[in-house]
Amino acid sequence: MSDNLVRAFDAQDRGFPKVSPGDTVRVHVKIVEGDKTRIQVFQGVVIRHHGGGQNEMFTVRRIASHGVGVERSFLFRSPRIDKIEVLRHGKVRRAQLYYMRNLSGKAARLKERRAGIAATEDTSSAE
Amino acid sequence: MKGIIGKKIGMSQIIDPESGKATGVTVIQAGPCFVTQIRSAETDGYSAVQLGYEEVSPERLPSGERHHLIKRNLTTVRYLREFRVRAVDVKEGERLTVQMFNKGDRVDVMGTSKGRGYAGTIKRHGFNRQPTTHGASDRTRRPGSSSSGTTPGRVKKGTRRSGHMGTDRVTTLNLEIIAVDLERNLLAVKGSIPGAKGGLVIVRESVKARKNSR
Repeated sequence: MSDNLVRAFDAQDRGFPKVSPGDTVRVHVKIVEGDKTRIQVFQGVVIRHHGGGQNEMFTVRRIASHGVGVERSFLFRSPRIDKIEVLRHGKVRRAQLYYMRNLSGKAARLKERRAGIAATEDTSSAE
Repeated sequence: MKGIIGKKIGMSQIIDPESGKATGVTVIQAGPCFVTQIRSAETDGYSAVQLGYEEVSPERLPSGERHHLIKRNLTTVRYLREFRVRAVDVKEGERLTVQMFNKGDRVDVMGTSKGRGYAGTIKRHGFNRQPTTHGASDRTRRPGSSSSGTTPGRVKKGTRRSGHMGTDRVTTLNLEIIAVDLERNLLAVKGSIPGAKGGLVIVRESVKARKNSR
């Protein structure tokens, strides 16, 4: 009983696709400048995902110009997120991909996860 | 009169729909409370409002409390608490809900802290540990010396020692109300409050905010 009262003030789950470590995602972020709102896209690899429900967060790492790594953490249920697109499921063997910070160029590529889980996920989300 | 009795439900986060910022909050289920007695300076020497919380069948109450309430034709309630007030603006039998609080208000929350049992000086008074090396490894959590030697030849009163810790009445001052749910009688207050989940808490108007507004 008490558990669902704790959840009473939770933000709505807006049905964004499931995000997991290794995925390449495009996060459409609403940016407020004065009285105008515009949308900025942040594209990169998810290197961390933790929490559930209200507390769910994930961190996206992208390589900006001159090879500078930029990481940004998002609250999954943040009203500032307009849309999340999952472009690719990377094949990874750990939950936190901090080792990506030490890799650059060709070494920082991830193999795509295709067979099995990924295939079934794709058909369910496409239809 | 701004005060209510409730129960601590637990902690969570609230995401602000405007800024998207998450704030840590404690959820309190508070009220509905009933005004069970008015204490006035004339009859009691001080003015206060007695509130009752959580309806309960009369058989479950000690006879003193039961008759106190039944005599006045009031709902039988499990908990009775008094709130000191300057001016009485409520009537006996009145029903009070979380409606009296608004988002952004400042409140104090009183509760009973979690019991820690017999606790040592490190946990209880924030003493430092002794070294784990240099031949002192058998006394890392001991209190050390408690006094001087032959002069004064005794331990000063009030010296901090180990002993029972917790289950104290603790007040957290000046907490901001982040959200109010009238339907479910819930308050969300920024930050933590004393006690375990399910513990009885008293929410009142913040004394600090009251001082500043005057």
